[in-house]
Amino acid sequence: MSDTLTGRRSVRGGVGTSVPRPDATPKVTGDFEFLGDMHADGMLWGATRRAWVPHARIVQVDADAALAMPGVHAVLTQDDVPGHRYQGQAVTDQPVLAEGEIRYWGEPVAIVAADDPETARLAADAIVVDLEELDPLTDLEAALERGEIFRHVPVRRGNPDLHGEVVVEGTYITSTEDPAPLGTEAGLAIPDGTGGVDLWGPTQWVHIDLKQLAACLALAPDQVRVQPCRLGGAFGSREDLSLQTHIGMLALRVDRPVKMVYDRTESFVGHVKRHGSLMHYRHEADRDGRLVRVDARILLDGGPYQLTSNAVIANSTYFAVGPYRCDNVTVDGYALRTNNPPSGAMRGFGSNQPCFAAESQMDRLADALGLDPVELRLRNALRPGDQLATTGQVIEEPLPTDEVIRSVASIPLPDDGSDDDPRHLPGGTGLTTPRDRVVRGVGFAVGIKNLEFSEGFDDNAEARVVLTGDGAVVHTAAIEVGQGLVTVLEQIARSTLGVSQVRVAFDHTGQIGSAGSTSASRQTQMAGNAVLEAATAVRELALARVGGDDLDDDGVWRGDTLVASLAELTAEGPIEQHVDYHHRPTDEPDEAGQGNLHVDFCVAAHRAVVDVDPDLGLVRVVEIAIGQDVGRAMNPQQLLGQIEGGIAQGLGHAVMEEVVLDRGVIRNASFTDYLLPTCLDAPHVEAILIEQPSSWGPFGAKGMAELPTMSATPAVVAAIRAATGRPLTRVPVRPEDIVAPDDTGGRAR
Amino acid sequence: MIVTLEVNGEPRSAEVAGWESLLWVLRERLGLLGAKDACLQGECGSCSVMLDGALVCACLVMAADVEGAQVSTVEGLASRAGLHPVQRSFVDEGAVQCGYCTPGLVVATAHLLDERPDASHDDIREALSGNLCRCTGYGALVRAVAAARDAAATAIDPAPADGDSEDRS
Amino acid sequence: MLIERPQDLPEALEGIGGSPHAVLLAGGTDLMVEVNLAHRRPEAVIALRRVDDLQTWEDGFIGAGVTYARMETGPLPALAELARTVGSPQIRAVGTIGGNLGTASPAGDTLPFLAAIDAEVVLGSRDGQRRLPWHEFLVGPKQTALTPGEVILGVQLPDHIPARQAFAKIGTRQAMVIATVNCCVLRDDDGTTRVAMGAVAPTVMRPREAERLASSEPRPSQAALDEFQRLVSAEVAPISDHRATEQYRRHAAGVLARRTLERCLTP
Repeated sequence: MSDTLTGRRSVRGGVGTSVPRPDATPKVTGDFEFLGDMHADGMLWGATRRAWVPHARIVQVDADAALAMPGVHAVLTQDDVPGHRYQGQAVTDQPVLAEGEIRYWGEPVAIVAADDPETARLAADAIVVDLEELDPLTDLEAALERGEIFRHVPVRRGNPDLHGEVVVEGTYITSTEDPAPLGTEAGLAIPDGTGGVDLWGPTQWVHIDLKQLAACLALAPDQVRVQPCRLGGAFGSREDLSLQTHIGMLALRVDRPVKMVYDRTESFVGHVKRHGSLMHYRHEADRDGRLVRVDARILLDGGPYQLTSNAVIANSTYFAVGPYRCDNVTVDGYALRTNNPPSGAMRGFGSNQPCFAAESQMDRLADALGLDPVELRLRNALRPGDQLATTGQVIEEPLPTDEVIRSVASIPLPDDGSDDDPRHLPGGTGLTTPRDRVVRGVGFAVGIKNLEFSEGFDDNAEARVVLTGDGAVVHTAAIEVGQGLVTVLEQIARSTLGVSQVRVAFDHTGQIGSAGSTSASRQTQMAGNAVLEAATAVRELALARVGGDDLDDDGVWRGDTLVASLAELTAEGPIEQHVDYHHRPTDEPDEAGQGNLHVDFCVAAHRAVVDVDPDLGLVRVVEIAIGQDVGRAMNPQQLLGQIEGGIAQGLGHAVMEEVVLDRGVIRNASFTDYLLPTCLDAPHVEAILIEQPSSWGPFGAKGMAELPTMSATPAVVAAIRAATGRPLTRVPVRPEDIVAPDDTGGRAR
Repeated sequence: MIVTLEVNGEPRSAEVAGWESLLWVLRERLGLLGAKDACLQGECGSCSVMLDGALVCACLVMAADVEGAQVSTVEGLASRAGLHPVQRSFVDEGAVQCGYCTPGLVVATAHLLDERPDASHDDIREALSGNLCRCTGYGALVRAVAAARDAAATAIDPAPADGDSEDRS
Repeated sequence: MLIERPQDLPEALEGIGGSPHAVLLAGGTDLMVEVNLAHRRPEAVIALRRVDDLQTWEDGFIGAGVTYARMETGPLPALAELARTVGSPQIRAVGTIGGNLGTASPAGDTLPFLAAIDAEVVLGSRDGQRRLPWHEFLVGPKQTALTPGEVILGVQLPDHIPARQAFAKIGTRQAMVIATVNCCVLRDDDGTTRVAMGAVAPTVMRPREAERLASSEPRPSQAALDEFQRLVSAEVAPISDHRATEQYRRHAAGVLARRTLERCLTP
């Protein structure tokens, strides 16, 4: 395919330009209506009664006092779920409201609808929940021992008896991380008067919500319209249902619109988190540093319900080795059931945990071999034609592992830093650290991840392109979470049609079929290809309708003659095309985890430069450089935004972001103590984009937005290790891990 | 109780309950939904507004105490002539992703550049450290603020503003 | 909820005397967090931001209503340094020194300065005024000697204020963070040294032995500084919580106090 499909007037805002996103203006003026900004006439407010224990038997729930309060319209429990009482994307094992048992801290027990939020909250508090507390299962080894396994993913590849001369072993821990989107969960359900409901809730895939909501609400699919939502960020946290079923139940019960908004503490228990993990690794290499075998055991903390853990553990297992060649690999990945908060999707989706462990191992190996860490990685770099170390899949698409490593290593290092501005020093304006106590460290890491859904999933995206005299409208049910899909779809349609006047209409589930999930770095390629194919067809139909050979903003041309303006062209009706795009099929894994399980891969390499105060354990990340595989830079400005934003999240998990769990209880469920990087924590970023066009992505584009987060974390930790010599086998690295004699710092997990 | 105040130059009044914050009153009583509620603890800056000339988190202002106050919000920044230069710069530099933090950041930035038209990159980062953004990693944001600063400087003095590149030390 | 918005000090004191259990509202940065999270629903509030007398800052008296933003640009170096670390600019615009005292968090950032300088807390009621030394006012974590009907009018600093003063604070983020350890050191030309440590004991504390050692050394040697650091670590009484371990706080307190003292020694 070509990107030169332009008419006499070159298209404005096409592929490759940094055209601003169309929703930026309403966002800067405050006019953009987020979920929490929605209102409806006659609306009631919902509230949730939660149980603040990690594990308990429910003896009794008594709502009489709450129901008797003036202004309270309904109090519902699990007994009131009209249909299927469990939800979940694949396996439905999460009760809509707690059933018999409380399985995690903050699990919802009952829901209330009342005239105003204060009454709803007071009513929720007035519900008497009688509990008999039980021991929570919160330890991963104990969960494995007890067989609390959601899924075991084995990989057995190569010769189990082949060994390398140089061996490094390590045990690594990644703590639970919160996606912490700035917008908390909010939603509105409006009964349609005929038994159905229109529902706006935080989602990344309206059609998977529809499937669950129709079942739980006992409605036909066409009676529930899951509406596109305007989200304050997602990062995976909206993949599973939060409050949608609850507001749907309440609205149908009281036959009035119901709105619900979580506060930040509730948000911490109301959405899924990145799985905490415990990983054991053994790498063996020959004297030249070539990987001979890798053995790993990966335990992920799934929390009490399955949600997406089965797919997350697949990623952890299949990307356990990283972007390196190795012919002898044994991995056992387990997603485990515990009474910790439910885990699910977060940017990187199971690839981040092993990336931290495996990259830490590569540094240990480099150290044991006396090799430069970059050189060791280059000697093993996975290239097209090689086999993925775990599944044995041959890499058939471009995969610039070599190039991302070389490019990031080629960026000049920042200057040493000599000024005394506290903002440039660890500890910042706290004035903790004089310049002469600062030690600099540099660390590298490389990441690999699959694109789209894998393991035989029939992954599709629908789109419709409609051309009228006013230009083109792209219809999709894909969700814009802030990442900029709306801009990229417009750009694809513009460059394909040759017409600049394009807008995206986000449709509800009753208007168009599924676009699949806004996750897995998939929408640029999936929704993008659907739009590309539909727009290509519309262009051909347009040319055929009036016998032209080119289309641009003026209309259809034949040679140098304008045959028909857009208005004339579409006078007899709009020209439209609907496409259901599927990527090529993938295999289900065999019993050894082998097969062509993935449709495509993406790589990135990070180099972190940190300044550390070893005496106080304080870290300032000075700069992160990245070499990023993008296929084709569709919108360079948005790409940089994804890169810088992803890096800040990866940095956060390296040095500050942790859901502190104490036997299942979250000790820091607020922004006072769950620390996100601020403007002063975010480093300067140097990015090099590697453009090796994908054979199948639109205009050669690849999905890329998860990679900037993944290897940022191990790169920062590697840099801290380089500065301090400490082993640092756990993230986030806490000050006490740098100064204390043992890695646990005397604190659990 | 009823409180009366001035919002974006207009006299307004609202019936408020004791637990209500200025943020709640702006959003739910006065229909000004620009300021956002993301933490309700003064930790994120999403609800930043100007109160009697000071940049504050509206969630931490007791509504009952704003009697007679002058408040300005993101809704008051754009004029009939178009976007405020800070808003324009946010759009052009790609400083907006999900946009939830954006209204607070726009208000905080406009205040910063009023107070310190010569703010350096470090000053910008420090001044905006109370406004969390989860999407952008702040890079585009700092570039947008610097661009708005430079544009304002150029408008006054045709000589190009001092090139203050991001410090890599 | 009832709210009074007194316009001057007599009106405020009368109001507070008339409803002694009313919640006093200054910057709101602590109170409103509790209100927003529904941990508190005050029945009566007395809002103090219109009371000009509380904004006074003169002759060693700092009114309770003085904000961090004013401290940041004020004449006392350590107070300016600590103010810059409090919350965000938005918090500093309204948060007050009186509020920091009233909340009495073990990690309160003004408290090490007030403790090191031996400030007195001036309390007022319609029956008159009283002054309490800082350590009699701060009686425990989030506990003060303020009685119903009283309000913090401000803090009185001693006449003599050491020229050499420094503040430092450890947090795990470059900005907007609650102290895991904070520290203020004041040093006179005669070597008299006063040190106060926060977030390492139920209330802000003075490591007296370390102070004595530093005060006895006109030009402390490296060995003396080592000993000073060791004494501070030995004298603090921290706990482990979700922000840091007891061991880390103990270690970091020594390092931080030593460095802060070193800043006071630099010509």
